[in-house]
Amino acid sequence: MKFQRMAALTKKEMKKTIRQPAALFLIFLFPIVFVFAFGASFGGLGGGQPVYQIGVVNMDQAAPPQSSLLFIDALKDIDILNIQTYGDNQTAQNELSQGRIQAVMIIPATFSQSLESYRIAPNDPSKWTNASVSLYLDKGSIVATQAIPPIIKQVLTAFIGQSQQAFPSPINLKTTSLEVKQTSTLDFLAPGMFTFASIFLIMIVAQSFTEDRENGMMKRIRISPTTPTDFMLSQVISYLVIALIQAILVFVMVYLMGFRPNVGTSVYVFAFILVLIFSLSNVGFGLIIATISKSSSAATGLSFIFVLPQLFLGTFVGASLSSAAQIAGKFVPSYYVTDALTSLFLRGATITSPVVLLDLAVVSISCVAILAVGILLYGKYYKI
Amino acid sequence: MNIEKGAIPDMKTSAIFIENLVKKFEDVTAVDGVSLQIEEGELFGLLGPNGAGKTTIINILCGLIKPTKGSCKVGGYDVQEDIMKVKDLIGVCPQETAVYPYLKGSENVDLFGNLYSMNKQMLEARRAMLFETMGLTAEANRRVGKYSGGMKRRLSLIISLIHDPQIAFLDEPTVAMDPQSRHAVWDFIKDLKKKGKTIILTTHYMEEAEELCDRVGIIDHGKLISLGSPKELISRNGVKDLEDVFIKLTGRKIREEV
Repeated sequence: MKFQRMAALTKKEMKKTIRQPAALFLIFLFPIVFVFAFGASFGGLGGGQPVYQIGVVNMDQAAPPQSSLLFIDALKDIDILNIQTYGDNQTAQNELSQGRIQAVMIIPATFSQSLESYRIAPNDPSKWTNASVSLYLDKGSIVATQAIPPIIKQVLTAFIGQSQQAFPSPINLKTTSLEVKQTSTLDFLAPGMFTFASIFLIMIVAQSFTEDRENGMMKRIRISPTTPTDFMLSQVISYLVIALIQAILVFVMVYLMGFRPNVGTSVYVFAFILVLIFSLSNVGFGLIIATISKSSSAATGLSFIFVLPQLFLGTFVGASLSSAAQIAGKFVPSYYVTDALTSLFLRGATITSPVVLLDLAVVSISCVAILAVGILLYGKYYKI
Repeated sequence: MNIEKGAIPDMKTSAIFIENLVKKFEDVTAVDGVSLQIEEGELFGLLGPNGAGKTTIINILCGLIKPTKGSCKVGGYDVQEDIMKVKDLIGVCPQETAVYPYLKGSENVDLFGNLYSMNKQMLEARRAMLFETMGLTAEANRRVGKYSGGMKRRLSLIISLIHDPQIAFLDEPTVAMDPQSRHAVWDFIKDLKKKGKTIILTTHYMEEAEELCDRVGIIDHGKLISLGSPKELISRNGVKDLEDVFIKLTGRKIREEV
């Protein structure tokens, strides 16, 4: 391994990126334009048929039979809700902050009492014992915050036995998180945007390697005393630098557009490190494409084999996909990057929280493995 | 980068030693039992039509591909066993115009100078001298994408020789060049020979071989069919030039298959 060679090759790769308009656009300008377009105009997300994970903490203190248990059964009858009960609020809130459930519903101590008072005097609100069901929502999921409250409200209204939702009710639904802070669409999109930019490295790497093969440059480099280690390390370093610049540009862009998560510097540093690790997998995917592509134009087309799943299953668009697609998303590294960033930026999770550490572990192991497979495959079929 | 004489015990002055070289690509035999010895300081021409096996022999000698059978040594080092030592000795100008279009001419040259671990002063001096010799000084700081085809070929030659190799493989260095550029390259090659470099030149231009080479080997269908100085071959076959030698030996013109 020789620093002089690696530095020369890295410098060459950077100049190549900067001086080729197509590469410059794809790597730097396209993500910025995309971030701007989505951030400025993304009004809503379409949906499939997701299943929402709801945690329920039953604080009802009435003597059995409790009406709250019947209410929980009513919720369980709804196909798109998966109800899990918790013994205490702290455990449920912890699950929510880790992204394992999308809402926590707290049934108050006076739930049965309130319902009983309503049934005795349904037309006399002055005799009701009022109560509030609290609903804490996953602030990292735009779909959860928009879809879950109306579903719960509808079930509650039907359970109480009111025919019109506009009528006063003895039991109100209090959606706590939405009252604390109005989260913008950009907040939901930002974690995916960080992930999104680096995905196009797949195409750039695949094109670069196939072009160098086509025009004889790879042969020329192989004839020189450059070792495979010199060459591959210089390439990886080049693309890490490019990924870092991309992440900085995307961050500046979303910041200018109003993304201001309440997190410390360490979270930003962690986010950049995560994106850099993720970019290794994109270099690996690019090498796999370069291995199977006969020409640079073929490489461009074949790159979409990896670009599209990473994009649609693993970044912000994935939030609106069906549950099947979300399960499929767990097989692409970008999913874990977006999940970790969402936990950190939106759910208030810390760097050391289990969900973030698990995401980091999955990203690190899978990305290094993909890079290794890419290098081995390319080295086997096209000597470096 | 001198050849270590002690490394050549059985071939005191051989820069290249090839013995019964065979290379098959699936069912196609590209090189078919070629044996050859090229002396240090010799300018040797490998002649033959496209597809004759010239470039395959060069690629084997550079370590780019492995032979199916046979052995070869460059500068006394076995190509299969001591490829890194071979790489230090050789410079290769490939048949394709292998240059980075988005880099300037000088940047292309500097890149490869650094790959050969040249120090900065040496690199700058060699680069200036070679650009001057090849008539590209004024174009050194232009991006290569704007060069003409002939200029790119000359730049490719500069890149292959920037580290002052002892043995140069020039694979069709003047193909597609205008006459003026071709004669400039011929002068440059002659100058290399004067400096004691060993040069292996592949070409299908017979006049180029006659003008430059000490000896030539004529390759056809992967076989070495004749070997000697241009004058010897012409005299031996009783013809007026190398083109006629080729016709006499193979029954066809060398450029018919181009």
